[in-house]
Amino acid sequence: MKISNDDKIKMLWEMMRIRQFEERAGELYVAGIITGALHASNGQEAVPVGVIMNLKEDDYLQSSHRGHGHVLAKGGEFKPMMAELFGKITGYCKGRGGSMHFAYVEKNILGTNGIVGGGIPIAAGVGYSIVYKGTNQMVACFLGDGAANTGAFHEGINFAAVVNAPVLFVIENNQWAISVPRKWSDRLVDLSKRAAAYGILGETVDGNDVLAVYEAANKAVKEIRAGNGPVLLECKTYRWKGHHAGEPASLQYRDPKEVEAWLKKCPIKKLEKALLEEKIISEAEIEEMTKKIEQELDEAVEFAKKSPLPEAASLHDHLYV
Amino acid sequence: MRTITYSEAIHESIDYNMEKDETVFNLGEDIGVLGGGFRATHDLYEKYGRKRVLDTPLSEIAIVGAAIGAALGGLRPIPEIMYIDFTPGCMDMIVNQMAKIHFMFGGQIKVPMVLRTVCGAAGYNAAQHSQSMYPFFVHTPGLIVVTPSTPYDAKGLLNTSIADDNPVIFMEHKRLYTSKGEVPEEFYTIPFGKADVKREGDDLTIVATHALVHDALALAEEMEKEGTSIEVIDPRTLVPFDKETIFKSVEKTNKLIVADESILSCGMASEISAIVAEEMFDYLDKPIIRVASPNCHCPFSMPLEDAYIPGKEELKEAIAKVL
Ligand SMILES: Cc1ncc(C[n+]2csc(CCOP(=O)(O)OP(=O)(O)O)c2C)c(N)n1
Ligand SMILES: [Mg+2]
Repeated sequence: MKISNDDKIKMLWEMMRIRQFEERAGELYVAGIITGALHASNGQEAVPVGVIMNLKEDDYLQSSHRGHGHVLAKGGEFKPMMAELFGKITGYCKGRGGSMHFAYVEKNILGTNGIVGGGIPIAAGVGYSIVYKGTNQMVACFLGDGAANTGAFHEGINFAAVVNAPVLFVIENNQWAISVPRKWSDRLVDLSKRAAAYGILGETVDGNDVLAVYEAANKAVKEIRAGNGPVLLECKTYRWKGHHAGEPASLQYRDPKEVEAWLKKCPIKKLEKALLEEKIISEAEIEEMTKKIEQELDEAVEFAKKSPLPEAASLHDHLYV
Repeated sequence: MRTITYSEAIHESIDYNMEKDETVFNLGEDIGVLGGGFRATHDLYEKYGRKRVLDTPLSEIAIVGAAIGAALGGLRPIPEIMYIDFTPGCMDMIVNQMAKIHFMFGGQIKVPMVLRTVCGAAGYNAAQHSQSMYPFFVHTPGLIVVTPSTPYDAKGLLNTSIADDNPVIFMEHKRLYTSKGEVPEEFYTIPFGKADVKREGDDLTIVATHALVHDALALAEEMEKEGTSIEVIDPRTLVPFDKETIFKSVEKTNKLIVADESILSCGMASEISAIVAEEMFDYLDKPIIRVASPNCHCPFSMPLEDAYIPGKEELKEAIAKVL
């Protein structure tokens, strides 16, 4: 598959934005400036970027608890995201949601989710609304390998299959569900094998190779847009950090050698290397991109810091009864 | 006496019961190698192995359902649901199976299991990780519901729960895990349905649960200096419920505040108020005041969560109303 140089550079840019956002958010958490549950996606950037580059502006996103990357790739902006992490009224959810409930409805980002698997049946329903109205949209629904063992996974995907909902279910298989390894979670090598149980297409791809993810998602999106129903795409990747920002040395349950091996498979470095070799980009340009993102992040943090907190008296706002 | 934390007290009870009874085992997410989100099962995996400290797939329905099945098969399971917020996902297993099997089968078989879970708002974890919806369980006949507020109560009540042949929901509270208290090293039990008078007083009764017990006690201490004498009662188990201890106190003080972190509407504070109003109306000088979480979801932002959690401020306002 031919991918344009511009698209490749965009992929690098999008992955860098996610990585740098996650790093900054992590630092702010450790410094005690932001609070709550923060699930970082460092090391998994190729999955949202490779998939979402295939979506159109009006396609929908259903995300998981580890959702910063999905939201960013779908058009989330630093300022309102950072402000949400700070619990400020200028955040996407006016400080009501935080990291686990990022939503940006203007861009059809229907939320990250604190309930593992919670978004899967919802994605099926959003898909059905598309079938129902006959619009040319689709849904990308991201979930973890752990989420693939919930009842919601089975019911949601089967439902989507039966109503031919245009949903791309993306299993972001980062090998762990908090401290529980894959071998204690299921007996499969490839989780995409489960697609067969629902009579839909399934594929497994290297989730640290953004070009491979892009290609696999492209194929899946074509199937879905052709009216052939949902597809299950498994992207094999790895969670670099602790399960959440407050769990720094999660290595107590992970073999450091395993972590090290995956750190070597950095999706950003991999693409950088390819682009440098093909002379599509220069070191200086990458440096420039990094700086630009850092500067944007500085501004976002400033914006978040300066923004007001909600008034205690507004506790009941957005509750209709 | 030696002092340990709430988390250590729970751990000690599980460990003791596992040592004593081969059929006791744990299952849940991240309870083994990680030792649980609040360290209540730490090192048990190392000591007893995976067979008895089973890290499960991320499948709440299977965790509770399999625990019920294991109980029917002759074991004494202790399933853990990481947060109470995830129990709605397996509510059918709890409400329609766990609570009903003994009854529906005409008493032929028992379901001895202790479902441990965690409630309470803390640390800005937003609407899906901050709830105290155990009134769902109180509403369901056939479930014993336990809410320890101190390390002493936690150990004694967990010992009783594990020994009981019927299904128990053992409600731990996030803000209490690191709290400390005196706990005997030896084995002891605390009977279900026996409230504890945490502090005696004459002017006003506060019935409080979990973290609110400590808020009420702190306030009672402060107000003692101003000449107000407050009695603080912790029901300790919501089902069965010890009305008598509360009635006796209301007879003496004629004023009642009920403080519980579940949501006000159909919450535990409401239920306890109704129980007292129904039978003790003549003894009450003032309306009963409920202190509870507001009829609202717990928001993420710091000032909003702080405003959301019922505590000393809300108790003070309530006291001002009844005194
Ligand atoms: C229904 C439910 N059960 C448990 C949890 C607690 N929890 C949060 S994330 C997580 C692990 C999720 O693993 P996975 O789906 O693989 O996503 P990852 O964290 O690896 O990205 C667990 C157990 C939850 N939030 N919701
Ligand atoms: Mg995972």
